[in-house]
Amino acid sequence: MTHTVLVTGVSRHIGARVASVLAADPDISRVIGVDTVPPPSLTRDGGISLGRTEFVRVDLRSPDIAQVIAAADIDTVVHMSLVSAPSRSTGRAVMKEHNVIGTMQLLGACQRSATVRRVVVRSTTAVYGSSPRDPAVFTEDLEPHDGPVHGYAKDAVEVEGYVRGFARRRPDITVSLLRFANFMGPGVDSPITRYFTQPVLPTVFGFDPRLQFVHEDDAIEVLRRMATEDHPGTYNVAGAGVLLLSQCARRAGRPSLPLFSPAFRALGDVARRAGLVDYSPEQVRLMSHGRAVDCSRLEIELGWKPKFTTGAAYDDFLRSRGLHPLGGVRH
Amino acid sequence: MSVPDEEGRVIPISAAPSFPAADPEPEPLARALAFLRRRITGDYEVDEFGYDAELTDKVLLELIRPLYHHWFRVETVEVKNVPEEGGALVVANHSGTLPVDALMMQVALHDEAGRALRLLGADLVYQLPLLSHLSRKTGHTLACREDADRLLRRGELVGVFPEGFKGVGKPFSERYKLQRFGRGGFVASAIRAGVPILPVAVVGAEEIYPKIGDLPTLARLLGLPYLPITPFFPLLGPLGLVPLPSKWMIEFGEPIRTDEYDPADADDPMLVFNITDHVREVVQQMLNELRLRRGHAFPPFL
Repeated sequence: MTHTVLVTGVSRHIGARVASVLAADPDISRVIGVDTVPPPSLTRDGGISLGRTEFVRVDLRSPDIAQVIAAADIDTVVHMSLVSAPSRSTGRAVMKEHNVIGTMQLLGACQRSATVRRVVVRSTTAVYGSSPRDPAVFTEDLEPHDGPVHGYAKDAVEVEGYVRGFARRRPDITVSLLRFANFMGPGVDSPITRYFTQPVLPTVFGFDPRLQFVHEDDAIEVLRRMATEDHPGTYNVAGAGVLLLSQCARRAGRPSLPLFSPAFRALGDVARRAGLVDYSPEQVRLMSHGRAVDCSRLEIELGWKPKFTTGAAYDDFLRSRGLHPLGGVRH
Repeated sequence: MSVPDEEGRVIPISAAPSFPAADPEPEPLARALAFLRRRITGDYEVDEFGYDAELTDKVLLELIRPLYHHWFRVETVEVKNVPEEGGALVVANHSGTLPVDALMMQVALHDEAGRALRLLGADLVYQLPLLSHLSRKTGHTLACREDADRLLRRGELVGVFPEGFKGVGKPFSERYKLQRFGRGGFVASAIRAGVPILPVAVVGAEEIYPKIGDLPTLARLLGLPYLPITPFFPLLGPLGLVPLPSKWMIEFGEPIRTDEYDPADADDPMLVFNITDHVREVVQQMLNELRLRRGHAFPPFL
């Protein structure tokens, strides 16, 4: 059987890598990549080779995506286009539209399509929020006490709601929802990787959150498996183990600057306005209470474990950025 | 008298140790430096709950060991009842205005039974700065069904104080009277995991901060469950925070088995209430006997 795969969000790192891996798969006849902006140039901006991926520039918020799906007889949709931080020029409102309206348009198009057999949606473990009243380790079925109410995490909760509704309306389609921990690796550029490359790491006084990362290579492998095999359901994806924020700072050889949480929030606001880093209220909560998830459901379903633990993924990121702890490289 | 064939020679005492040489353990200084290097470079492991076993043993417990040995002169009874391995649920009485009993129980189990105690704490602990991460680093977590089940499944020694704030914050006049044991969620967790319940009585914690009054309005303002008045606090200010040196005893009772029940029985409220009552009676009984056995709280003075 030939496959035609649609990948959204190919102009960003993970989306591009997924598209190129799928394009290299001989069982897949066509890979169509869509995004609102063209992919970065290979030579100038260090973009990823998309292989034989055909790029179509589509604004996901418009119904044009339905035409792409209908015209190309798409059977697998990999929805990677979830923006985690508002861009400096357009702001939060556009980000929310992009995430939520974009997903609604895409799912609407899939629902009408007669060819789509499989939908894979990227979500985030941020949907569990971060709270002192929730269990230390989240499994997929757990309802958090204090779900996220702001920003990216709130978008992801809404996106998941639409995905579940879609799965109910089209039970014949295999829907896989992947809740990824923060991506970590040489090519990842996210609010959290930018945070760790700062010269001084502001932290919340009196708290040392547990953090979890997933290496980009593992994330790509999970997405590849999900796009080529049937694994319906919701899965947490994270590297084994946790790192404490203090441990991350020490491994990066960066001093941390404990601030009382109101000061932390104020500094975050200033930094955000200056366009330096992005701190949303969700991130302040993550920096206080941390979050860890259980990945045994994914490991059983795929019969596979992520190659990188949380610690190994973080170390790989540090190596690529030339960061090392005080007194030299760790062994 | 026999004469040795060869000439007598001097054997230096240091070269002939009377005991077999211990395995080549590195010098204390080298070990301390290696420890410091690991801490500074972040090269250590914490488990998914944030438990930092090395930091707990080498630093945090080390700080409270003098209190354990010299201040409270803690004496343990029937440590052999603590299972050497596998999951078990420690159920203890809670007292002392500040949860010092939790720390002492942790030292007792760590040093005398070789087990790490994983306590389930109130959510207030995890909202407060410092306390929240210290609690996680020393192996404790939030009292909730998911975390309890997870720890027990991993074969950990989980500890609960079913009386909660009612127990630790009770007035001095009610010392050694067990308070209500809540809904028995801990029993349900033990049944689900099929692990034994280990009843524990702590005698001595009641006298460290005799609570003779309360400041409920101020406590509410500060978001605390109670704000105690003791004979020395707030009268003597920070000096009033020094615990009185009462004599402590900790007894580990015989494990109460739960593996004869079906895990589904955890949803049967009658069964759970019955076992909860039974555990409560056992702990109260142990408390009464141990208190008699200890005698005066401040032996040199009374």
